[in-house]
Amino acid sequence: MSDTTKATGGTGPSHRSVEIGVAAFMALLALIGVYGGIKVGIGWGDEGPRAGFFPFYVSIIVLIACAINIIMAITASWQGKIFAEWGQLRQVMSVLLPTIIYVGLVPYIGIYVASALLIAFFMRWFGGYDWHIAVPVAAVVPILTFLMFEMWFLVPLPKGPLERFLGY
Amino acid sequence: MEDIGNLFHGFAVVIQPFNLMLMVVGIVLGVIVGVLPGLGGANGVAILLPLTFSMSPTSAIIMLSCIYWGALFGGAITSILFNIPGEPWSVATTFDGYPMAQQGKAGEALTAAFTSSFVGALFAVIVITLVAPLVANFALRFGPPEIFSVYFLAFCSFVGLSKEPPFKTVASMMLGFGLGAVGLDQMTGQLRLTFGIEPMLNGFDFLIAVIGLFGIGEILLTMEEGLSFRGKAAALNLKIVFQTWAKLPRYWLLYLRSCLIGCWMGISPAGATPASFMSYGIAKRISKNGHLFGTGQIEGVVAPETAAHAAGTSALLPMIALGVPGSPTAAVLLGGLLIWGLQPGPLLFVEQKDFVWGLIASMYMGNIVGLLVVLTCVPLFASILRIPFSVIAPVIMVFCAIGAYTVHNNTFDIVMMVVFGVAGYFMKKCNYPLAPMVLAIVLGDKAEESFRQSLLASQGSLGVFWSNALVSTIMTLGLVALFWPLIQAGWTRVRVLTGGLRAAE
Repeated sequence: MSDTTKATGGTGPSHRSVEIGVAAFMALLALIGVYGGIKVGIGWGDEGPRAGFFPFYVSIIVLIACAINIIMAITASWQGKIFAEWGQLRQVMSVLLPTIIYVGLVPYIGIYVASALLIAFFMRWFGGYDWHIAVPVAAVVPILTFLMFEMWFLVPLPKGPLERFLGY
Repeated sequence: MEDIGNLFHGFAVVIQPFNLMLMVVGIVLGVIVGVLPGLGGANGVAILLPLTFSMSPTSAIIMLSCIYWGALFGGAITSILFNIPGEPWSVATTFDGYPMAQQGKAGEALTAAFTSSFVGALFAVIVITLVAPLVANFALRFGPPEIFSVYFLAFCSFVGLSKEPPFKTVASMMLGFGLGAVGLDQMTGQLRLTFGIEPMLNGFDFLIAVIGLFGIGEILLTMEEGLSFRGKAAALNLKIVFQTWAKLPRYWLLYLRSCLIGCWMGISPAGATPASFMSYGIAKRISKNGHLFGTGQIEGVVAPETAAHAAGTSALLPMIALGVPGSPTAAVLLGGLLIWGLQPGPLLFVEQKDFVWGLIASMYMGNIVGLLVVLTCVPLFASILRIPFSVIAPVIMVFCAIGAYTVHNNTFDIVMMVVFGVAGYFMKKCNYPLAPMVLAIVLGDKAEESFRQSLLASQGSLGVFWSNALVSTIMTLGLVALFWPLIQAGWTRVRVLTGGLRAAE
């Protein structure tokens, strides 16, 4: 399947640029590690190497590895290989964006209601289901989860106004 | 002898009705986890870990390890029926498994796969039973330098043995160590790398990383590829099972070889995936039907499945005996031990006999139960894959979010999960291995502690890691593993050169 999509030769960001971007991002994290390590001390203290010793040297190794990875990404011949087609990236975003909204909603409306909304949204817009199929599925999953976690295994999950209204 | 008594005691614990029930529940959940895309052994166990918080550690480990066995079994179902490997270690199973299903021999392929998995796992469990107590006993005498050298060997093996480019492995692993260092420094009690940001105080929990990297990342990848499942029907009845079983004993040598490859790769942290490929490759080269591999040979199913299961199971050996997990899933189980208040490592064999032998006994029982469950329920599990992805994906997302939240009852962890998920997507696409990163986050504190304690004792001299025969051997093995690709390339060059000289003479 994936072979045929690649053969159609759609356009998208080049693999090389993404590869460099990933390595650069890791290097950025490593720089933060170097800075944070120096801040708490990388030398020798009363209890042996100080708290920043390990993070500092680990981050230095990450920096070196990232530098090599970037050089390799620049010099390698990618032959116009793309990271993914724009259409594929749109697919990825169509999962990612609802998930981000979902995560943002959880603290306010509770995980059960948010989950029901996510599932219903997904089935309706992505799967093209009718509401009379999407709504029951979206309701059943959180209810089963509620029974399993709150009742059976006694693990409390974030709750919102609805659960408070129902007395939990 | 004492060990055998302990083992039987372990069996007595395992066959209590409650524990047997947890075992079946675990296996069924595990197979579901193994069948679904986006859920694998590691994050399946991570998500279900909170369910065990109220159980006794022994019951908890029985359920969680059974989820793991189930996931190992489940990968084969999707590989054979749908040509979609549910788990990376079942990729090699698709090569001959799916052609067999296309020829209408799905039942035979499934039986062969499950039986092989069972044989591989059983072999590995026997190895664990015999070897783990010895290793643990030996490791009781380890001081900080020896402990550090074991970590060193484990992490160097990743660099030398993985298929990914070595510098990407190094980058991902060291970043894991860095993430693991965030928060409270265990030795001095100092805060570091938190920069005054409140949620950073607790550091990065590796369970969140596992759920994000493997769970969310995998769903994003699946969305990109736009999977749709079109599978073969599975007809599995007793007649086919027995017919296949009658055929299998003639491959005993193949079984033995695959078991050995699997155990070796599992104990060194290379893991189940390379083990399955290696076993398949060697079987192809040695078998007299080798040229037919890829067209639906039963040996092509037996070889990778046996090795993958042997590796997956034996990955628990270093976890139990040394406290060094051999795979991400073993790491999650190790995280479980810490949460239940047990200290993983060689002392476990002395202080928590019930727990250790209960776990080992559950490996025997779990695989027997697992074989029965998968042989009887294949059509049921296959039907799960016929549920469209647009329904499965949000449900998996929801379960990942619940799993991430329950680790610390913190909604910020769900945010971190998504961040790790996006990171996992990019890293996977760019060929960065995720397992070393996860293991580094788990083991970072312990590795650092043993390293600093060693240096403190030696007043800062690195010579402490070569101070006696044992620690020198382990460190040197680590260096060999680290530079293995270079050594191999060098050796080939030497051979070519000397060969060239001889030809010139």
